[in-house]
Amino acid sequence: MPKLIINDVEHDVPDGITLIQACDLVGVEIARFCFHERLSIAGNCRMCLVEIAGMPKPVASCAMSVNDLRPGRDGTLPTIMTESPTAKKAREGTLEFLLINHPLDCPICDQGGECDLQDQTMAYGYDAGRFQDNKRAVEDKYLGPLIKTCMTRCIHCTRCVRFMTEVAGVDELGAIGRGEDTEITTYLEHGMRSNLSGNVVDLCPVGALTSKPYAYIARPWELDKTPSIDVMDALGSAIRVDARGREVLRILPRINDAINEEWISDKARHVCDGLRTQRLDQPYVRRNGKLEPASWDEAFGVIAEKLKGLDGARFAAIAGDLPAAEEMFALKQLAEQIGSPNIDCRQDGAKLDPGLGRATYLFNTTIAGIDNADAFLLIGTDPRVEAPLLNARIHTRWRKAEQRLPIGLIGTEADLTYGYDYLGAGPETLAEIADGSHAFVKTLKDVKHPMVIVGQAALARPDGAAVLALAAKAAKTIGALNSDWNGFNVLHDAAARVAGLDLGFVPGKKGLDVEAILDAAGKGDMDVIYLLGTDEIDMDRLGDAFVIYQGSHGDRGAHRADVILPGAAYTEKDGTYVNTEGRAQMTARAIFPPGDAREDWTILRALSAVLGKTLPFDSLQDLRARMYEAHPNLALLDFIEPSDAATITKLASKPAKTGMGHFDLRIEDYYFSNPVARASSIMVSLRAMHADGSEKATGTDG
Amino acid sequence: MSIRRLAAEQPEGFAFTSANLEWAEAQIKKYPEGRQASAVLSLLWRAQEQIGGWLPEPALRYVADMLDMAYIRVYELVTFYTMFNLAPVGRYYVQVCGTTPCMLRGAEDIKDTCRKFIGEKDRVNDDGMFSWTEVECLGACVNAPMAQINNYYYEDLTPEKFESLLKRLRAGKDVEPGPQDGRQTSAPAGGPNTLTDPELYANDPSGPEPGSAGTTVIATEAKRPASKREKRPR
Ligand code: SF4
Ligand code: FES
Ligand code: FES
Repeated sequence: MPKLIINDVEHDVPDGITLIQACDLVGVEIARFCFHERLSIAGNCRMCLVEIAGMPKPVASCAMSVNDLRPGRDGTLPTIMTESPTAKKAREGTLEFLLINHPLDCPICDQGGECDLQDQTMAYGYDAGRFQDNKRAVEDKYLGPLIKTCMTRCIHCTRCVRFMTEVAGVDELGAIGRGEDTEITTYLEHGMRSNLSGNVVDLCPVGALTSKPYAYIARPWELDKTPSIDVMDALGSAIRVDARGREVLRILPRINDAINEEWISDKARHVCDGLRTQRLDQPYVRRNGKLEPASWDEAFGVIAEKLKGLDGARFAAIAGDLPAAEEMFALKQLAEQIGSPNIDCRQDGAKLDPGLGRATYLFNTTIAGIDNADAFLLIGTDPRVEAPLLNARIHTRWRKAEQRLPIGLIGTEADLTYGYDYLGAGPETLAEIADGSHAFVKTLKDVKHPMVIVGQAALARPDGAAVLALAAKAAKTIGALNSDWNGFNVLHDAAARVAGLDLGFVPGKKGLDVEAILDAAGKGDMDVIYLLGTDEIDMDRLGDAFVIYQGSHGDRGAHRADVILPGAAYTEKDGTYVNTEGRAQMTARAIFPPGDAREDWTILRALSAVLGKTLPFDSLQDLRARMYEAHPNLALLDFIEPSDAATITKLASKPAKTGMGHFDLRIEDYYFSNPVARASSIMVSLRAMHADGSEKATGTDG
Repeated sequence: MSIRRLAAEQPEGFAFTSANLEWAEAQIKKYPEGRQASAVLSLLWRAQEQIGGWLPEPALRYVADMLDMAYIRVYELVTFYTMFNLAPVGRYYVQVCGTTPCMLRGAEDIKDTCRKFIGEKDRVNDDGMFSWTEVECLGACVNAPMAQINNYYYEDLTPEKFESLLKRLRAGKDVEPGPQDGRQTSAPAGGPNTLTDPELYANDPSGPEPGSAGTTVIATEAKRPASKREKRPR
């Protein structure tokens, strides 16, 4: 541990870090533009200059390792001064140079109020510039529907370029030209196609890259900021919901090293306009084939009428991808009261069974665990689409590996941003891995921490249960199941799914699963079907059943429904979600639901009273108390209950008779994968950009 | 320096000739597996030679695809290095050095000659024979002012000599590269003026005859006839 003196105080600092990190650690602030903890070091802005005793010139503290310092001739420890006259002058000089070509247009800049350049100029700058000549100007660039550019403001820190290359894993941005003619752009200004591109807006320390949909909408200090959780995929990324009045204006990432580090996907970030459109803001009842607005009482009355004396076996409930645990818990209880075992939270038909043990449906290695893995076997998954940030982690792991990381994919080939071996299309290949006869298994000999990642595409098939067992067997074969390493992972893509499985929102005794429910409905054996935010099933198969749709958006489910009960979206309620790792987290209410819409658990509670089957809770606390009693893991917020690896071993020993064929792509249409996204005009424009074949010609697909 | 952009008009496609392709593959093999991108500059340069002095956009993609590089990375390179021309150049591409030594020795007049004889900077003239640009020091300051035309240096220029040189080129006549004032390479203008005392070499049998510092070798090398030059691959 090197010792150094920072501003007259002696410190021990860890090996291998840079001076700027050492100063951060001991609480000495150093100004910076280009340095970013999670990106490689560029050392090109020179804002972080410090004075080091004995060095002839100020030193860029972000590019100097603490191990490279030498003691003074008289044996004094290396001495760093961040507030000496030299350091100050260097800083002021750098800033003055940066501002020479800066347009100084803060009043019309969207970055205003959260701009590093603005803040640092206030803190470290001269009061006036001395530059008298013409400034340079740079043409703005087109970077797609998400990013607005004002390139004259760019200070060439290259954070955006480094992010796209190193984290997002696509060489999309670059710095063309040289010297003062340097410009940041994509190849011939094609729109950025990565689904992580929105993050460069956060990274840009000035107002060169700002959010296009949010342009000129609000100033940061006008917004109410609510820390919450994203539900666009099953990672549960930490987000901050910025709202003004009754509108969510933007969504930003929060730091959570265990999940999203400090990035979020474009869908999570820009879906917020979908929270305003296509909203169900009052109950509807279908009369004479037409949905007509109704009051809550009317809507409940119609449902009560239908359910009167109904045989429980002719009632079914399906939970979709977005509901929180609370409402699923309430709906499950309601179904029980009605006497129906026909409940299912797997609208995609995935053959996951909570009865096999929690470990069989969780991402056991954890997302952060990816950093320690040294081999990957991807089965029926395209993580880049199903969980963009998880894929970015794998990419980072792959990029940092000293040797070629063994990564195998079984399923449909896709551009994952990293190199992998395509092993095969379906269960046959998986079987070869499981019995150890596949060549890929041999390449894993020296590997200590392999990960098996099973996607929903492999499980949402008639033989899904067998595929799961086979995957467990494969995990065992390649040594992914050790006492200190659980490398068996199921990757979910629906935010609600794990909580649903935890709650046991699956068919009870003699109950029907989604497939069977739809079959029965088609045959006229199912009278009433309750859809809790269920939009991804084939509505045509519901036959003549009476459909109740509870949810936030007027999407497929609502179009088919006979009664619509308007619920709250994830930004409008406090809801528990369990991510794919099994980590329970809570969203927070940032705004109120629109119009007559209500928080979902209250709808179910009120309905139950009308039905004369009152649910036994009157408040959210009550509900949660009961829920926690039955499912204690949901109470462990932000904590992963260690799951029992033995259940996977047990699963592995099951005989697995799989079918043939290949694992399809799970999400064909990334920007349209749920009702909120489908309501978002930004997602529509992104989708249009991707659909435009001419963009393909650039070869930086993705 | 100015902002560099790809030309507005671009050809349909690009491919190496089979000879160049073979050459390119040999270049790529020089680098270890996974480091093929290192060959990018040589390949781009060869592409520029093949097309006749500039790089169209399809050539960028062609080279990028060959080396498995992202297009933007190649785009960065060709906009960074000013020796890659992004727009067509004349059959004779004149690069006038404008850096201080040449400027002090009259580069401004050479540029004026270009303006008069060829036209605006960075524009191909009407018959497609010439285009000119100003470059930084080409390392021939001793013979300032100078200009490079295609692959050869023309040194010790005066506006008159330069104009007659351009005229001869246009007429398809031979021109001699190198110093245009009859001096031998960068030797003193009036012939050798140091180490001329034969005594100095009296006891040294190894070198050439006193006063003949390698004349023959250098003269044949530098004054390659024009006809031979044209046969070089472009
Ligand atoms: S656009 Fe922003 S992030 Fe990118 S180099 Fe310029 S200042 Fe840095
Ligand atoms: S932060 Fe050190 S040079 Fe930019
Ligand atoms: S200054 Fe013209 S060649 Fe050096």
